[in-house]
Amino acid sequence: MDFIVGILNYAVFFAITAGIFAILCLGLNIQWGYTGLFNIGIAGFYAIGAYTSALLSGPPPGPMDWRVVGGFQLPWPVGFLGAALVSGFIAFLIAIPTLKLKEDYLAIATIGIAEVIRLVLKNESWLTNSVWGIKHIPAPLSSLIERSISLFLKKNPDLPFWLQKLFSNAYNFFYLGLVIFILIILYLVSEKMIRSPWGRVLRGIREDELATATAGKNVFWFKMQAFVIGAMLMGMAGSLYAHYARFIDASSFEPFFGTFLIWVMLIVGGSGNNLGAILGAFIIWGIWAGTEFFTSQLGLTGYRAASLRIIFVGVILEIILILRPRGILGEEKIVSLILKQNKKGG
Amino acid sequence: MILSRIPQLVVYGCVSGSIITLGAIGLSLTSGILKFANFAHGDVMATGAFLALFFLFVLQKIGLPSTPLHPLSFGLPLIFAFVLSMLTTGGIAVAIDRVVYKRLRTTGSITLLIASVGVAFVLRNTLQFIWGPDPRYYIKKIQKSIKVPFLGIRIKPDEIFIIIIALFLVILLHLFLTRTRTGKAMRATSDNIDLAQVSGIDTENIVKWTWVIGSALAAAGGVLAGIENKFITPSLGWDMLLPIFAAVILGGIGNPYGAMVGGMIIGLSAELSTLFISTSYKPAVAFIIMIVMLLIKPKGILGEE
Repeated sequence: MDFIVGILNYAVFFAITAGIFAILCLGLNIQWGYTGLFNIGIAGFYAIGAYTSALLSGPPPGPMDWRVVGGFQLPWPVGFLGAALVSGFIAFLIAIPTLKLKEDYLAIATIGIAEVIRLVLKNESWLTNSVWGIKHIPAPLSSLIERSISLFLKKNPDLPFWLQKLFSNAYNFFYLGLVIFILIILYLVSEKMIRSPWGRVLRGIREDELATATAGKNVFWFKMQAFVIGAMLMGMAGSLYAHYARFIDASSFEPFFGTFLIWVMLIVGGSGNNLGAILGAFIIWGIWAGTEFFTSQLGLTGYRAASLRIIFVGVILEIILILRPRGILGEEKIVSLILKQNKKGG
Repeated sequence: MILSRIPQLVVYGCVSGSIITLGAIGLSLTSGILKFANFAHGDVMATGAFLALFFLFVLQKIGLPSTPLHPLSFGLPLIFAFVLSMLTTGGIAVAIDRVVYKRLRTTGSITLLIASVGVAFVLRNTLQFIWGPDPRYYIKKIQKSIKVPFLGIRIKPDEIFIIIIALFLVILLHLFLTRTRTGKAMRATSDNIDLAQVSGIDTENIVKWTWVIGSALAAAGGVLAGIENKFITPSLGWDMLLPIFAAVILGGIGNPYGAMVGGMIIGLSAELSTLFISTSYKPAVAFIIMIVMLLIKPKGILGEE
């Protein structure tokens, strides 16, 4: 029984992280999968979301902190929305000069922006507490839930040990529900958007910008919307991460976890397919977790284990690119609901 | 007060500019001929730096006398290791091309770009797997800088070595591109690959040469960066990525001469920026110059309109 509870608790931890990655993937899918906007600075928007949420909903600076602002202790939904808005706003500012660029220039520009954001996080201690990070970020409803659990456990001291262990992890079950709920909402909204005329314009831009412009669409403005909405999703994922981890610093948003892994997830799952984006996130996060078992079997620890795992993910990416570039699910040819109905009827 | 610091910063700028230039030339050549932005190029530089470390170790083990060549702080083993690293890195780049890029060459530049990001992570983590994340040293000794009279600047003999070697390699490349058949064919391929192909140039062979030369120069840049910083870490490539891309874009993609100009401008402006802003934002300076350039003249300083 003990063993099963251990696995269950791990599964919850696993699913929360995979769910957050899935939201990042959905955001990237709007930018890259549908519109063809090459963003390799995901980590930057993810970090902005996390810090915004931590500063809005987190505790005020403690006596040992360097930072002097933030910590307004607002309810978590405010932090969550703030994360989306600030991340979207920064994306808007960045997009003005860069969206007109060719795709590979945009790639370099986004990597540069992520790097600048990382430098700001590391150096502007008045805002971000630099390398010491922001501590004690409250998880939504955690005090309420955790207090009632400990009260319940005190009242029933003769519960079997495995049940106590299960209950003491109850907050994570709640958080998993929250992440999955938000993921489903965001999935449904992206599906709705992509199957609308608006979504078809995005795909048109991706396939042939000139033709779309000739059809009278304001290409720049559509690209802008896709870029900002994608970045807002990334900001939301940042907020969910910050309140789950309860501690953030610049190292939480390194290029590997913050950007590269998400690209691998989307490409493996199938870019241009929202379900593929979510599937890819869970599969690659599963593989990533699995490689830990593999490296520990080899007796590797520390940086050796981490490097080998990253090499493994890199090799998976190359293999998928060469053998199955459309990913597991691939893109649907027809996304329009009307066209689909006609096809069925005719 | 501020003005008096300028000559010294110009010296630093020339040194880092030389290193950036070597990286940028390779990147510019590969982007010009293979038509994709190679995000693994920084990590190719790091690979070169670590291969030199490996050869240095081997050469010292087999008993090559490592007495420093006065006034430099290092001896013959490092110079041999430098050359061996350039050759090996060129070979590794061709091997990567065979295994990965060649299979994707028909799929378009963006797939190649994504693949190169993957290659970058694989290279960086292979280095980290073997050598670990902590700094590794070519030379442990600290070198005294010499005072140049009248100008009021200080420079280390090693730094003069860096500038001279970079200059030498750039001249060598220039002679190769203008005087040899392969070099001329390379320039032709960069200008127009279809036209080059119909005039009988074996473009696959040119692609191979581009990888060898571009990556050998990157390796040289990596080793020189190691000599200048006194240490190397696997994140060397990541740190070089923005400056070399900025240099390439500044000079115009595909134009190795532009990359030289761009490299020096980025090196100098990053150093001179420390007059006004915190040194920790040096990498951001390269980036901002690049964005401004992309907005006003996306084809680069030496690019054709």
